[in-house]
Amino acid sequence: MKQTQAFLSTYTADVSGVCSALFELGGMTVMHDASGCNSTYNTHDEPRWYDMDSLVYISGLSELEAVMGDDEKLISDVSDAARQLHPRFIALAGTPIPMITGCDLPAIAREVEGRTNIPSFAVPSNGIGTYVAGARQALRLYAERFITSRPEKRKNAVNILGATPLDFSVNGCVQSMARRLEEAGFTLQSVFAMGSSFDSIDEAGAAEVNLVVSSVGLPAAKYFQAQFGTPYVIGAPFGDFFSPYVFDALRESIRTGAPADVLGTFAPDAPDTVIVGESVTAKSLAAALAVGYGIGARVICPVEAPNGVLGACDLRLEDEEEIEQALRGARRVIADPLYRRIVPAKSEFYPLPHEAFSGRIYRRQIPNLAERV
Amino acid sequence: MLKRVTPDDTSGAMVRLGDVKTAAPFVSGLEYGAPARGVWNIVHIGMLIPGAHQIYVCAGNCLRGVVLTAAEMNAQSRFSTITIKENNVLDGDMETLLIEGVTDILHRLPKLPPAVLVFTSCIHHFMGCDLALCYRELRKRFPGVDFTDCYMNPIMRKSGLTPDQLMRRQLYSLLKPRAQDDGVNILGNCFPTDETSELVKIIRQTGRPLRDITVCKTYEDYQKMAASTLHIAYNPPARAGGEALSNRLGGTFLYLPLSHTAKTIRKNLRTLCEALGTSYDPSEDEARAEQALLHAKEMLGETEIAIDYTATPAPMSLARCLLEHGFRVTRIYADSIAADDQEAFCWLQEHAPDIELYATVQVKLRVLPRETEKPTLAIGQKAAYFTGTKHFVNIVEGGGMYGFDGLRRLAELMEEAYRTERDARDFIQQKGLGCDSCL
Repeated sequence: MKQTQAFLSTYTADVSGVCSALFELGGMTVMHDASGCNSTYNTHDEPRWYDMDSLVYISGLSELEAVMGDDEKLISDVSDAARQLHPRFIALAGTPIPMITGCDLPAIAREVEGRTNIPSFAVPSNGIGTYVAGARQALRLYAERFITSRPEKRKNAVNILGATPLDFSVNGCVQSMARRLEEAGFTLQSVFAMGSSFDSIDEAGAAEVNLVVSSVGLPAAKYFQAQFGTPYVIGAPFGDFFSPYVFDALRESIRTGAPADVLGTFAPDAPDTVIVGESVTAKSLAAALAVGYGIGARVICPVEAPNGVLGACDLRLEDEEEIEQALRGARRVIADPLYRRIVPAKSEFYPLPHEAFSGRIYRRQIPNLAERV
Repeated sequence: MLKRVTPDDTSGAMVRLGDVKTAAPFVSGLEYGAPARGVWNIVHIGMLIPGAHQIYVCAGNCLRGVVLTAAEMNAQSRFSTITIKENNVLDGDMETLLIEGVTDILHRLPKLPPAVLVFTSCIHHFMGCDLALCYRELRKRFPGVDFTDCYMNPIMRKSGLTPDQLMRRQLYSLLKPRAQDDGVNILGNCFPTDETSELVKIIRQTGRPLRDITVCKTYEDYQKMAASTLHIAYNPPARAGGEALSNRLGGTFLYLPLSHTAKTIRKNLRTLCEALGTSYDPSEDEARAEQALLHAKEMLGETEIAIDYTATPAPMSLARCLLEHGFRVTRIYADSIAADDQEAFCWLQEHAPDIELYATVQVKLRVLPRETEKPTLAIGQKAAYFTGTKHFVNIVEGGGMYGFDGLRRLAELMEEAYRTERDARDFIQQKGLGCDSCL
């Protein structure tokens, strides 16, 4: 892999993924970095920044502090800020230099918790992985820390897991998925983690089944399964034609108490269309195109994908040239507009802006796929 | 859902000017980033070299902000990246990654650019990457391309030159010695200096060529700057670059720090005239500025004014100027007091000790109410954001205004801001004020 991008953008990094996943959960998230990560996050990765005062900060690491291993500066700065702002929890996320210097963020989190009595944890990140890696760990760690009690199960209650603006923007898509669930006879327990109250999220164990709408939600789903025996279904309810299949899978999962597969049932025979994107949302769109329009689409996933989501005809590719090569011969390409430069001239290009790739540039054009495919 | 919480007090985030004891009055700690993005970053500044291609070599999180900066300014065709992964850190192959990555990119571009700015990052510094070797090899492979070393290493911002200073220095590092003339360079700015300013008028009256990277259209235009023998900088982060350029290419360097106080403006103009061997009487410019400020004061009345450090590198000097003309300055947003602004700061401590000095990055700024009790006019994007006013002067880095003429223009902009209501969020989130933008 050449690791070069002559023409393309880059995906949101893990550290921003951590911040995005935890944004609405009432905590204080600290990126341990010199500078730059914060402006990148709040400019390109966080559409809620202007209107919602979530506590996301940067540590302002300096050369001297890094060289001298001055962890005390971070510990005292985080503790001081927490005393002023009283967050529900504190999360620490690492970046490249703390990785190089071997900064022990979990130990620092324990020290911070000891000084502040505020639950604190470190989320594994180094600024090198993509948002998927950071956000999925953040939601899992939050769940392990705060969603521990076993409330009485609520009939037909569902959690939506893995909702962040990086995959679903702020265009009403999450609300549409929730509406579809309720119209199908389910009760929404929580959306983890957009638009739900702390209480409903912290009682997520009451759900009978979990709906994993992006790969970001899968580790939390596995935790809920282990902790509460809650089964899960992977798939985003996109459009009128595919959503019923998702809801059937949820009912099946409630009945059997085991995960039910819905994405795998729409594997195309001879795909002539390529969708570039995050694994679960792209596979859900592919399924919606298959069931609704008879279009066979395969997925190229440039970010981390969990085992078992991508099918035999799908590809997990990061390299620009490899993606360019894989697009050759495609009749249709559905991808973020910033991919257009490497899409073959003969292919029909259908721009599908993805916040985690092009940030805010095409935000107004991001379709609400839950409403209509 | 989150709801805005309001802290009990502003302690730690605000201090009366009269109580300020040091140039850095706020405790260093975690930092908040306000969504005011008009200040140019290294991508915007690098794009000032006509035709140059930028290549960033960093981890994904560092690349994200710069690649989207380029995309938002419709300049992605002049921008590429090389991603550092864990294996590069473990294998120590940073030099190979850089050399082969740049080579691969240049081979894939439709045509070779005249110049390439290679930006390395904090990782290279910590890994001890042999950058000299990298550039030697790249120059050997691509003899027709001018390479220069640029840096995105914010971890070094407290160690020597800041990344901003470095960028404004490296911006001129590609100038190649050539036959010299009596040209005058204005260095280190994002905007052309106003033609109506005394600075430009004085240079123009000598008939000497005036050169400024902000108006260069071609790479050759840029190279012609190497012919100049007088180099001027007035923006503080440009000073180190101006000194470096005059040391390398010869000629005289003048640092004429941007100021809003009459005494310093007059002094700067005298210095300029002496260097150019000319004379200029700025009385008429000063009178026009006085008239404009008086007119603006009549219009604004007792409207409170908030100033921030992104609007001008000399917010204390601007506050002093406005106070001396009867305006009611009540807030200044700045995390520290710049060396060039110290004299004005001392004056303010004595004459206006109740002005509130607010930090911009202190953690409480995230949750303090973004509103004011009385109508406020803001000068600068951060002041507009933090005060929540709909009346603001939308400038960064002085906006190309200089001298008495700059005061006149600023007074006019204040009047315009007073008359015009607009939502700051529609303006301040755009990166690089004045750059092309697809937003």
